[in-house]
Amino acid sequence: MSGLRVELKTRLGGFELDVAFTAPATGVTALFGRSGSGKTSVLRAVAGLARAELGLVQLNGDTWQDEGRFVPVHQRPIGYVFQEASLFPHLSVRRNLEYGLRRIAPADRRIGLDEAAGLLGLAPLLQRDPRLLSGGERQRVAIGRALLTSPRLLLMDEPLSALDHGAKQTILPYLERLHDEMAIPSLYVSHDPGEVARLADHMVVLEQGRVIAAGEAADLMTRLDLPLAAFDGASAVLEGRVSAHDETYHLTWIGTGGGRFAVPREDLPAGRHARVQIHARDVSLSLSSHHDTSILNIVPVEIIDTQEINPTQLLVRLRMLDGQTLLARITRRSGVALGLREGMHLYAQVKSVALLG
Amino acid sequence: MPFDWQPVWLTLKLATVTTLVLLLLGTPLAWWLARSRAWWKEAVGSLVALPLVLPPTVLGFYLLLLLGPEGPGGRLSQALGLGTLPFTFAGLVVGSVVYSLPFVVQPIRNAFEAMGERPLEVAATLRAGPLDRFLGVALPLARPGFLTGAVLGFAHTVGEFGVVLMIGGNIPGETKVLSVAIYDHVEALEWPQAHWYAGGMVLFSFAVVLAMYLLERRLRRVGS
Repeated sequence: MSGLRVELKTRLGGFELDVAFTAPATGVTALFGRSGSGKTSVLRAVAGLARAELGLVQLNGDTWQDEGRFVPVHQRPIGYVFQEASLFPHLSVRRNLEYGLRRIAPADRRIGLDEAAGLLGLAPLLQRDPRLLSGGERQRVAIGRALLTSPRLLLMDEPLSALDHGAKQTILPYLERLHDEMAIPSLYVSHDPGEVARLADHMVVLEQGRVIAAGEAADLMTRLDLPLAAFDGASAVLEGRVSAHDETYHLTWIGTGGGRFAVPREDLPAGRHARVQIHARDVSLSLSSHHDTSILNIVPVEIIDTQEINPTQLLVRLRMLDGQTLLARITRRSGVALGLREGMHLYAQVKSVALLG
Repeated sequence: MPFDWQPVWLTLKLATVTTLVLLLLGTPLAWWLARSRAWWKEAVGSLVALPLVLPPTVLGFYLLLLLGPEGPGGRLSQALGLGTLPFTFAGLVVGSVVYSLPFVVQPIRNAFEAMGERPLEVAATLRAGPLDRFLGVALPLARPGFLTGAVLGFAHTVGEFGVVLMIGGNIPGETKVLSVAIYDHVEALEWPQAHWYAGGMVLFSFAVVLAMYLLERRLRRVGS
């Protein structure tokens, strides 16, 4: 079987972890949940840093744990990025990067120091003392150090959560590059829907030690019965292609099968694959496709379902013509005024669209 | 009377050998104390710490019995063809090792505990096996603890008296270390000689402790 298969059952203090899921052999799978939902425990068990009493961990058919077997951490082909960078303080940045690399047989190395340094912008840091780096720089080194073991599975435990907003924003593009350029499947632990939206292809949602949903990230993020859609920053991610540039108004149009969206001008070749993120709070609904509005992005949609998220607001799940899903957050009052019901056809006005890359 | 250097050299030799033995024995012991989850580990820890509170004469007395011709330690050393250890330099080393054990084990244990689990976990995810992790990560990170332990162990051995007197006696060139020599001179009312040794000890001890504080401060600055 290709991909990752995980079944774990264990008690952790007063808390029971009982999960089973699979993750595909490619792309980023987010382990999403509130703190205390067991995400990190799952990741540690997959790495072998913790041992679940009952467990099955397999990657592409290789068994790392079952009833009779427990492969120790250092014999598992993983890369692990901890919440805090945890660089070795007694080694320079270069020696930190080489620590794992030197323990990999040359024939098994699929990425070299220069390549990793290039990918993560580490070249200027190589001779530095790791204790003198900024938080963001440190975490980039930690990611590079893990990559240099040529892992067959990359495990990341909220690698951005210890960083301030600015540092997060500078690291996210590196993670996106990693995702695009390295074909390493990853498990990415996060409680931040924004990060998940940007990075994840697949998702496993955990609540109180159990899996409550698993599947494509774009689907789960818009499911009204899951915690992601109720989150203040709830958003939908759409797949599309760069269709045209508007030089006069400095815009780039991203086309999807269900309509096109304008984002600020980006220097990208037409036809290139693009992902856009649309927050539920930036989508409003209208019964007709007015053109007397300042809103550029108006696409026809059909209502899938609606849910009250608080006494004032309603979350509406919308299907575009090409089957992709949008979320809209509107007031309950507007919902009644428009007479919203399932299956109804109307127009979504999208105020703001972010290009994810 | 010419200055007698013999007790000085003997003391330095004893302290050096003792410190080396202590580092060899104390490191695995400290590692185990820092990382074991056995319920009885604190009992072992207390045993190691006993010399801190026991009068050296108590320690020396039992060591004498243990290592004497009728004691189990003595029988063993005789069976191995080593003779009996009391009143020899080797016996003095054994006594000093026991007496100074907590001064070496405790700082190293603290250093191992202070580094926490994380660096070792990181090393494991980077393919380092257990011994590799210990040598390449744990030992270098615990360096300040080793430094403190070695200095304290050395200095404490230089300063011991009771244990030496009990199991070493007063044999020039074999067991007559500085503290015993000072005692002899004072007993014989040879105060100038006592002053030379005693004053030297004060200066030496001050220099050692000062050097340790300065080094620790530097290591901490680099290490934080």
